[in-house]
Amino acid sequence: MERLFNNRNFLGLLFMLPAAAFLLLFLVYPLGLGVWLSFTDARIGTPGKFVGLENYEWIIGDSKFQTAVFFTIFYTVVASAIKFAVGLYLAILLNERLPFKAIIRAVVLIPFIVPTVLSAIAFWWIFDPQFSVISWSLKKAGLITENINFLGDVWNSRFSVIFANVWRGVPFIAISLLAGLQTVPPSLYEAATLDGATRWQMFVKITYPLLTPIIAVVMTFSVLFTFTDFQLIKVLTNGGPAGATELMATMSYNTAILGGRIGEGAAVSTAMVPFLLAAIMVSWFGLQRRKWQAGSDSND
Amino acid sequence: MTERRVEAAAVASAKAIENVAADHTEGMSFLSTLPQRVVRVYIPLVLIVFVLLFPFYWMTMTAIKPKEHLLDLDAHNPFYTLNPTFEHIRDLLFKTEYPQWLWNTMFIAVSATVLSLVASVFAAYAITRIRYSGAQWVGGAIFLAYLVPPSILFIPLSTVVFQYGLFDTPFALILTYPTILIPFSTWLLMGYFKTIPYELEECALMDGASRWQILVKIVLPLAVPGLISASIFCLTLCWNEFIYALTFINSTEKKTVPVAILSAFTDGDQYRWGSLMAGALVGSLPLVILYAFFVEHYVSAMTGAVKE
Repeated sequence: MERLFNNRNFLGLLFMLPAAAFLLLFLVYPLGLGVWLSFTDARIGTPGKFVGLENYEWIIGDSKFQTAVFFTIFYTVVASAIKFAVGLYLAILLNERLPFKAIIRAVVLIPFIVPTVLSAIAFWWIFDPQFSVISWSLKKAGLITENINFLGDVWNSRFSVIFANVWRGVPFIAISLLAGLQTVPPSLYEAATLDGATRWQMFVKITYPLLTPIIAVVMTFSVLFTFTDFQLIKVLTNGGPAGATELMATMSYNTAILGGRIGEGAAVSTAMVPFLLAAIMVSWFGLQRRKWQAGSDSND
Repeated sequence: MTERRVEAAAVASAKAIENVAADHTEGMSFLSTLPQRVVRVYIPLVLIVFVLLFPFYWMTMTAIKPKEHLLDLDAHNPFYTLNPTFEHIRDLLFKTEYPQWLWNTMFIAVSATVLSLVASVFAAYAITRIRYSGAQWVGGAIFLAYLVPPSILFIPLSTVVFQYGLFDTPFALILTYPTILIPFSTWLLMGYFKTIPYELEECALMDGASRWQILVKIVLPLAVPGLISASIFCLTLCWNEFIYALTFINSTEKKTVPVAILSAFTDGDQYRWGSLMAGALVGSLPLVILYAFFVEHYVSAMTGAVKE
């Protein structure tokens, strides 16, 4: 027995080795290094020395950083809220009896499959100041007389990038929630119909409560990915006009890689961590609630 | 009013009881009439699907339209073209390094996926089956690793890549992508391994099989759907990755498709829209084709990771 126990731990260690090597060398070590770099004045090519909180003091007083924090939160909250609403709505629509359901479901996921940068390029062209197809259609319909400056105006550009983000995120949320919806037993709806419940009542009293655990997880992931978004902004606006759509992620790239100020860039990206922890906490409590509701742990 | 509704519901439920044998999955949807369904389901669905697909239609249109039509919306309706051309795609394939970029992307994605899958199979098996002490904690830590986003790692990672002498080589990406892929696929495979009955392994152990034999001859064949799901998802993630590819690779001929077309076709003020769109289209196709063959695996990978 004793020998088996030792053996077991040794085998476990051996089997964990490849995964652990990757994660320690390229995830844990850089994660710690990132925090350390944020306390140094490192630049590209020079390791830098410890400067305490200087980088943080500097970025907190920087109006560009303040705008980036504001827009990152605005972008995350608005885009996630819209993605959630549209995603849930789409999931419910897809849960109906439909002809060619499998094909429709497959088609809906395509925006999630295609690399973000490549679809962002398509949006870039759709939002072109001169040759936008949206402006063209609205002009033909007589609704506007001048082209819309999608990416050149502060609030237009903010909502344009949010639109592209929602477009990309909705399929993931819809398909994940659809998987949850399919586990809701139809007999509940039948019983509710029998009791004279309206469609809205059924949604509020049956569908939503049963979906909360999966909603918590899906939305945490969505918030996480939206908050740390980089690709869409990099392609569509590169933070412009005048820093209006700068996210913390794009700002850290511009500061550290393009500007060469590694220390400050690391401070900007380390500043994202508290927000990420908050998102993980939400997920954790969502999961706890699931266990409490189900009365046992899941085994799937 | 309420009475009538209750009555209708009673009739409906009577119908429902009749229908139960025929179909369990429909719920109460047979209650609504066709016009209701058109307004409530079909019209919103068509609108949403239209918006979701329009950018791809637009990408395709732009990629096959002649150059002069692209910038002259008054003379040519932008929504269709009567004289499609393959000049953009031909230029892309024969006048640029696009095939090289496509090859780089594919090579890096496949190598990183293979490495990650091997590491994940061992890790997931050890966590769920060998159950060494602390296995549960390690499982939790791996889930946390999944939540660490590349956008907070790329700055320190770029200095690490430089230290290890990997900068501007394919290995910079092949060795860093697994940090994104391993947590995900380990978590997914753990779910699959848990569903394999313990008794099978016990029998094999009794018969004197080693852990290695059990893994290769019993567990892996049973987890094939999980392996396919994980590899499809990993390939997609690699293909999609942008921030590491942008930061760690410098030479044009070593870039991956997303990074390369962005820098190659946006030189100066002259954006080459036809080439950009053709590049985006051709770059997306391999993934879409792969996806078309494995939709179910893909969906189960996505929802499996969420459900866990």
